[in-house]
Amino acid sequence: MTVANAPALIKAGAGASPRRQPRSGFAKYLGLTPFAAYVLLFLAIPTALAVSTGFFTEDGALTFDNVAGLFAPNVLTAFGNSFFVSAVTAVIGAVVGALVCYALLGTKAEGALRTIIDSVSSVLAQFGGVMLAFVFIATLGNQGLVTKFLLEAFGVDLFANGPWLYQVPGLLVVYMFFQVPLMIITFMPALSGLKTTWAEANATLGGTPLTYWTRIAIPVLAPSFIGSLLLLFANAFSSYATAAALVSQGAPIVPLQIRGALVSETVLGRENMAGALALGMIVVMVVVMWGYSVLQSRTSRWQK
Amino acid sequence: MTAAQRIGTEPSKLTRGIILGVVGIVFAIPIIAMVQFTFRDGLGGGLTLDHWTGLFSEEAARTYRGLFQAIGNSAVLAIVTVGIVLVVLLPTMILVHLQFPKLKRVLEFICIIPITVPAIVLVVGLAPVYSVVVKIFGSGAWTLAFAYGITVLPYAYRAIQANLDAIPVVTLSEAARSLGAGWITVLRTVLLPNLRRGVLAASFISVAVVLGEFTIASLLNRVNLQTALLQVSQSDPYVAVIFAFLALVLVFVLLLIIGRVGSSGRNRNQS
Repeated sequence: MTVANAPALIKAGAGASPRRQPRSGFAKYLGLTPFAAYVLLFLAIPTALAVSTGFFTEDGALTFDNVAGLFAPNVLTAFGNSFFVSAVTAVIGAVVGALVCYALLGTKAEGALRTIIDSVSSVLAQFGGVMLAFVFIATLGNQGLVTKFLLEAFGVDLFANGPWLYQVPGLLVVYMFFQVPLMIITFMPALSGLKTTWAEANATLGGTPLTYWTRIAIPVLAPSFIGSLLLLFANAFSSYATAAALVSQGAPIVPLQIRGALVSETVLGRENMAGALALGMIVVMVVVMWGYSVLQSRTSRWQK
Repeated sequence: MTAAQRIGTEPSKLTRGIILGVVGIVFAIPIIAMVQFTFRDGLGGGLTLDHWTGLFSEEAARTYRGLFQAIGNSAVLAIVTVGIVLVVLLPTMILVHLQFPKLKRVLEFICIIPITVPAIVLVVGLAPVYSVVVKIFGSGAWTLAFAYGITVLPYAYRAIQANLDAIPVVTLSEAARSLGAGWITVLRTVLLPNLRRGVLAASFISVAVVLGEFTIASLLNRVNLQTALLQVSQSDPYVAVIFAFLALVLVFVLLLIIGRVGSSGRNRNQS
């Protein structure tokens, strides 16, 4: 570095400070401070505040009432519903997404089909939220295109059993719209990383396509598949906007419980309950994402 | 039948067609329903262009003033968020790459955290932080970008890191330095041109994420595109859906450009 600095010292131009000594010790780390300060202020402190407020009362006294509140029946039901919605949409999303990835095997990675499916998937994986709720109200709502078509053509009334679209079952259908695309973009690299030599080895050793999949491909892909499944679970579990725009009554899932606690004007001290709920969510998220990263690192061993 | 199909690694044309066809149709129906909705004439069943032409009428500017204001807010937020990515994240990533290779794992870990800490959790702790932010910077809509900079961190990090890994950053900068260039020159004339793809992708994905953000804005009582859409949908669902559709198209175009930029770069490297 000192040698490289010498010409710069002589030329001393182009906006560089003329006297540049190799920094040592603490000064060297100065360049990292803006990012560190930013992350501290807007990520570390909010996260710490979010999970710690649950342990305090409105007046700042230590309490376990809020955390104990996590075991109230309505909160337990909300966690149960969240688990249910996340698990079901993760499993179905993972299977359907994996099927699409399988269908894309053998197409050119730079070809038009892949590029379009890649882009559409990245858009739709990002598409959760208010706009997604609109899409499904226009499709399956009371006056939705599909609802009216089924009623007029076959006499099938989708809403015979009540307004399911605006309750937990509706979330199951709507969440698929971002779960499947997320699976496609996370699982495709693993599937296209399968080596053709493995299939050839299987064939020359007298294996059938069935043995190729059951003995080679599926065992190799399993960690990646389950990892992606966990990511989908976390994705659905933490999703708020879609449910906020769609669910008409009550707070059947945990993120809506947090909203209820945050905006409540009738019951004081509910902000601290939001903290306890946030803590509960983070515990689930950390466990799931930890599993994801462990499985992901197992996959990356053979992917390169 | 190709060899790959015969030994079972690839699906046949028919299987591929069935899978992609069925999934494609299931995903196309809601989008079609969305577009059809914007042409619906009330609960009647007829179709009309009124909802689209109404947007360009003279009273539209007044009726939808709140919505246009919110689009302005979201545009400002997108610009400031991209600014944070370029001014705070990008230099840090280059610095870590060049000077502190040991900190790479730490930086990656930090940048992935926002996936584990969802917006709905972050917003609980952001409320007190923002009561301080408002005292220092005022309550301008742009201040929300501080929170959005964190939200886009995983996406922006991944886009820039992929580019950093693909070019010999250390060799390039040492070559430039040994020829007498100062750090600013190295950054401006050597590194940034090589990182153009990653920086562009990071900026576009940040714009896409900011335009779709609802959770933080709504729970901090701020106004952005998504909160305004929800508001408008209660009085005029057609206009809300039209804007949702336009936002979807815009994001699709942005991501298509990212894909194009990415693959054209790859082709150039191969040739």
